Amino acid sequence: MVDNAAADRLSDVFSALADPTRRDMVARLASGDATVTDLAEPYDVTVQAVSKHLRVLEDAGLVSRSRDAQRRPVHLEAEVFDLMTKWIERYRRLAEERYRKLDAVLETMSENEKEKSK
Amino acid sequence: MTTNTQHETEIIVDPDVPLVRIIREFDAPPEKVFKAHTDPDILKLWNGPDGYETEFETFDCRTGGSWRYKSSGEDWEGWFRGSFHEIRPNTVIIQTFNYEDIPDGVALERIEFEDLGDGRTRLTSTSLVDSYEGRDAFLASGMEVGVIEGYNRLDGILAAG
Repeated sequence: MVDNAAADRLSDVFSALADPTRRDMVARLASGDATVTDLAEPYDVTVQAVSKHLRVLEDAGLVSRSRDAQRRPVHLEAEVFDLMTKWIERYRRLAEERYRKLDAVLETMSENEKEKSK
Repeated sequence: MTTNTQHETEIIVDPDVPLVRIIREFDAPPEKVFKAHTDPDILKLWNGPDGYETEFETFDCRTGGSWRYKSSGEDWEGWFRGSFHEIRPNTVIIQTFNYEDIPDGVALERIEFEDLGDGRTRLTSTSLVDSYEGRDAFLASGMEVGVIEGYNRLDGILAAG
């Protein structure tokens, strides 16, 4: 019932973000586009290693690179990121919905007990 | 959404291990909150999203016991099951949780009941799975409502990028 191809893509997004270096890159890209060289700077790794991380993020649809061969700035696809946040928020809302019902049930339980003790 | 409750559910999706943690406080003592989790007649009153009914086939609530229920709404129904690994009255429930359509997506759940005094309880429910893929399946299994439209939208976004 769940579209498996789409589910796999969502898994790509989550697993791309499972790596701390990639999460850090995403956080930096949230404040603006950057080149591979910019992104490599704070890490003790080669530009090649950074490019490898970027490819994972790109394959997951989280970032894109312009075709401008000179600079090729990396751009965060905020919409994909927002969608994930929405998924988590939806899950939270479902839990909240359940727990509001539990609030009401707990109140009934108190009343019943009061009646019993009368 | 505005409501009069001061207890909003908090959610934590851990980036380093595939777990989802939900924290919520209740204006009732641990004994009562625990009973609402372990008495099937009470549990069915609040289990599942709005508009979905819970029907227990099995609910053997003891260490080593198991549970299975059908959740059904207007246009969807599905089965969930699990084992009670540890039941410690008014303190903790450790169980497995599985949506039967995704048999590999088994979550290990730890539900803690913390006494806050003054007849209040903090409930912490932690669901751990064995992979990020499993976690996604687990997140999706709790979201039958709108899950397909969500995937379709993601598809659209990814295809456009």
